[in-house]
Amino acid sequence: MPDTDTQTGALQQLQDDPATRKRFLRMIGGAGAAGAAGLLAAACGGKDANTGGRAASTAAMSRSKNADVSIVNYALTLEYVEADFYDQVVKSGQITDRATVDLAKRIAEVERQHVEALSGTVTKLGGKPAAKPATRFDDVIAAGPEKILRTAATVENLGAAAYLGQAGRITSKEVLAAALAIHTVEARHAAALNQLVGRGFTGGSALEGSIPDGAFAEAMTMDQVLARVKPFLAPS
Amino acid sequence: MANIPLASPELAAVEVGGMSRSAFLVRGALATGALVGGGAVSPFVRRAMAQEMGGDVDVLNFALTLEYLEATFYSRAISKGRHMSGETVRLAREIRDNEMAHVGALRETIRQLGATPVKAPTVGFGDVFTSDRAFLKLAQTLEDTGVSAYNGAAPQIRSRDVLAAAGSIVQVEARHAALIRLMRGEDPAPDAFDPSLDKQQVLMAVEPFVKA
Repeated sequence: MPDTDTQTGALQQLQDDPATRKRFLRMIGGAGAAGAAGLLAAACGGKDANTGGRAASTAAMSRSKNADVSIVNYALTLEYVEADFYDQVVKSGQITDRATVDLAKRIAEVERQHVEALSGTVTKLGGKPAAKPATRFDDVIAAGPEKILRTAATVENLGAAAYLGQAGRITSKEVLAAALAIHTVEARHAAALNQLVGRGFTGGSALEGSIPDGAFAEAMTMDQVLARVKPFLAPS
Repeated sequence: MANIPLASPELAAVEVGGMSRSAFLVRGALATGALVGGGAVSPFVRRAMAQEMGGDVDVLNFALTLEYLEATFYSRAISKGRHMSGETVRLAREIRDNEMAHVGALRETIRQLGATPVKAPTVGFGDVFTSDRAFLKLAQTLEDTGVSAYNGAAPQIRSRDVLAAAGSIVQVEARHAALIRLMRGEDPAPDAFDPSLDKQQVLMAVEPFVKA
């Protein structure tokens, strides 16, 4: 039987491997050299179920591509906010527990990889990646470790609900596969952080708990999510 | 045999210590299965692989088979869990309730689509219920495999309603996986992008636990 510890170590190495990100971007672009053209073809796919088995008109192709660009840019904005939050938390020195700092650093790195992948996806779809938003976490960070971790736990539940809310709206199968691969990672972060702050399976209110909605996770619309994110965005 | 395209072949092919991530998952399950006594490919896997993943009902029935497997796994853990800690049994109860709800929802959805839900497979898990360690190890493999199975199958789903349901379920599977990993002292989210597995890979992974 294989040595489990060795394999776990290897898995952790994978996280730090920039080749993972490159492969991810290739996946987004379809089969290697096909690049943006391949992705566009897939997004509009003649045989794609979403177009009812008929080739879509040029106008419809452009519409579905634009819709995917806005969804990916929305996800990109959320990932920017998350990555920025963990970065600021680590820099603040407010958390002193070694294991918790390590976890925050690890999650920050994962969110950065999501940012990179989503930004690359928008470009490959022919769109312009959303700019990094200015954030405002000063109050949360000043309030100390407990408030910081509770906020992180809630924000990850929000992220998972946000991805779930978009899954049915994505046209391109490749973009959908990528969104799903990120969606379950947000869910893993959410479950772990909610468990670590001691909320139990279901917390006191929505977006609290390691399995907050029970057997079936609930989705949130863009408007619902943005309303919850707004307090963390600096006024423009 | 059905030729199921990988949803994310590049990701699945990412090498982990000379082994692809998906092969790693499968090998982990097979290694556990070897302890249980899994042998040659069973009639279950041959039969399941012979079924084309032609439409949403096939994807749903495939998911239902995995949910049956998981629900039975946790039910047995609870009834045989004398050697496990209270904390572990409490987690097993919560997860079992979720998996049974998934089974019910998938059966209902398949019926609504005018089809017949597959029967629950006969399963066996050997002596993994004799310790927290053995139980949690297999639980982690089953949940990680479940996440990758849904993520691999979901892009093939045609109905938006069915896709939404699958998304709602896979998020909960990912949460189970993270909680089990946390209990084992493992990284709850080992990959920045969860790998996906195709039907054949998933069947190979669960084969050791399915008797018929």
